[in-house]
Amino acid sequence: MPTENLFAPLPPEGEPPRMVTIEFNGAPLALLADAPLAAGLLVAGVRRFRASPVGGGARAPYCMSGVCFECLLEIDGVPSQQACQVQAREGMKVRAICGKPT
Amino acid sequence: MTDTAALTPRDVLPASSPLVGEDAPNFGKSAGEGAVQYETTLEHNQHPPLPQPLPREGGGVSCAAHDLIVIGAGPAGLAAAVTGSRHGLRVLLLDEQPAIGGQIYRNITGSDKRRARILGNDYTQGAELARLLAASTVEHWPDSAVWQVGADKSVQVLRNGISQTLRAEAIIVATGAIERPFPIPGWTLPGVMTAGAGQVLLKSAALIPHEPVVLAGCGPLLYLLAAQYLRAGVKPRAILDTSPRVDPRLALRHAGDMLLSWHDVAKGVGLLREIHASGVPFYRDVRELRLEGDKRLERVSFASERQTHVLDCGLALLHQGVVPNTQISWSLRAEHRWNDDQLCWQPVRDEWGQLSVPGIYVAGDGAAIGGARVAGLQGELAALGVAQALERRSPANTVSRADVLRARLRRHLAIRPFLDRQYRPRDEYRIPADEVIVCRCEEVTAGAIRALVALGCVGPNQAKSFSRCGMGPCQGLQCGLTVTELIAQAAGLTPQEVGYYRIRPPLKPLTLGQLAGKTIHEHEVMRLNAQDSETFFTALDQPARFNKKLTTALKEHEQRVISE
Repeated sequence: MPTENLFAPLPPEGEPPRMVTIEFNGAPLALLADAPLAAGLLVAGVRRFRASPVGGGARAPYCMSGVCFECLLEIDGVPSQQACQVQAREGMKVRAICGKPT
Repeated sequence: MTDTAALTPRDVLPASSPLVGEDAPNFGKSAGEGAVQYETTLEHNQHPPLPQPLPREGGGVSCAAHDLIVIGAGPAGLAAAVTGSRHGLRVLLLDEQPAIGGQIYRNITGSDKRRARILGNDYTQGAELARLLAASTVEHWPDSAVWQVGADKSVQVLRNGISQTLRAEAIIVATGAIERPFPIPGWTLPGVMTAGAGQVLLKSAALIPHEPVVLAGCGPLLYLLAAQYLRAGVKPRAILDTSPRVDPRLALRHAGDMLLSWHDVAKGVGLLREIHASGVPFYRDVRELRLEGDKRLERVSFASERQTHVLDCGLALLHQGVVPNTQISWSLRAEHRWNDDQLCWQPVRDEWGQLSVPGIYVAGDGAAIGGARVAGLQGELAALGVAQALERRSPANTVSRADVLRARLRRHLAIRPFLDRQYRPRDEYRIPADEVIVCRCEEVTAGAIRALVALGCVGPNQAKSFSRCGMGPCQGLQCGLTVTELIAQAAGLTPQEVGYYRIRPPLKPLTLGQLAGKTIHEHEVMRLNAQDSETFFTALDQPARFNKKLTTALKEHEQRVISE
């Protein structure tokens, strides 16, 4: 659920940053374009990317560099994609993974 | 030996390039490199042996589309690829990210002037490498995740949702460093990230913290990020420095090395001055660091100079140095050695960077931490070795250029022993208390590992089978070092005796559909990732059963697609 955001863009000096609209858990969400999907979601206030498949606790991006796999999301039907390694695209369908993937 | 590419050393790269320039600083990574191999050879004024010519299949005529595959487009990989192409090699550069740069030069081609000012010279130097790559004949595949490298010099890569097999005469692995794990209470809470993550967000998306941020740990990268945030107008809530008190004798003992790396030292001093001038609270000698909160980070607690403190914050960025990402070299069953000064594994290489697996080289921080400048030099050296092994150079030219590169490497690595000592992460932050989670994927605690050791389990792979520690999607990349050190301490063994996880492909999550080269359909996805790696390889040992599983899945896939 969107709450307060952990990160925000530097105040724009010229043009405001370009945005794209994705579908996140079934609802439209405006995200920064030209940025990793995980970065855009952090700015949009998403704090819980997934639930731990073991204890169910909330998890969110930790390393942003493809190491920790904490930002795993289902993207366009493909499970377990690293949201820090994928650029946000218009119309992307993104779902948080809850529980153990099948 | 042919002499068709009889290039003089200066022909290889322009003098102004960051690959050969003398003035560029080498800062931003902590810990050091086992440079001994270069130093000993130079001290005795002997040249290391030239690489052996690589045997070719098909009587010298290559059936591979590329002579050289380079994995990773950071400083080492870019230098290796550009150097290889200059020697007439057909080079393919594979990289997981959408644009070149690795972590240190991330988004270098997409950054603007303001970000360049905030990030500083260490970052903007990457632009020159980008220009060299653009002007070269290197074929660059972005968004390409390598999930297996074979000792037969095959590479399995996932690109555009489809896996394919590539082959080359030689492979240079340049997968760089990862941040050392920082297992402390609360490190899995949302709002806890790494300093590296903070930098990536700044580089790739011009993001700055929106919550009060605390920076905790030690090492040059932590101070660099603090200075960058200050330049961006963000004043951190506090900096918690976990490095032990400075021993002035230590600095004195390394005075000669520091003189040799004077630029790096000046840079480090400058950063600390920038931080102290800002008035950001700076806590020294931080112990008992804990991250607390319900469902998200709310505060940090710690002890510093005999006082305990609690600070409210929504965001904490942790860092205690970087270590080589050795997943590929381990998966190749190459020989590795534990480095006790740097507290990490290093693949064993010859003087050119070649592994115990012929034709496969590792360059840059993926082999031993040296920072971006060292990585670039090693990338060039490895590509030189490959060009020599493929007989694209005259031996005399190779030797003279290699001497130049090794002399520069020695100078740039001079400060590393000091950094290793100064920023050695504390035991309490590497080998944590029982209640701390070490394997984030499977939520296995340090106590669970110790209990297994008490039952007689003295190896990471046994611990993995019993507890699932290291069996999650990250393949133990995040917990591997911690588990090795935990077992070593509990069992009274050395880390070398304990060893490491047996790393198996796929190194990245993969679906059966991707493996079969089929387009993914939402309903047909069968997940096949590291979690199932054991099952996958058990199945591979029993081809009939695996094939049945795969065939059935694909048949169902086709039926559904046709029926729709």
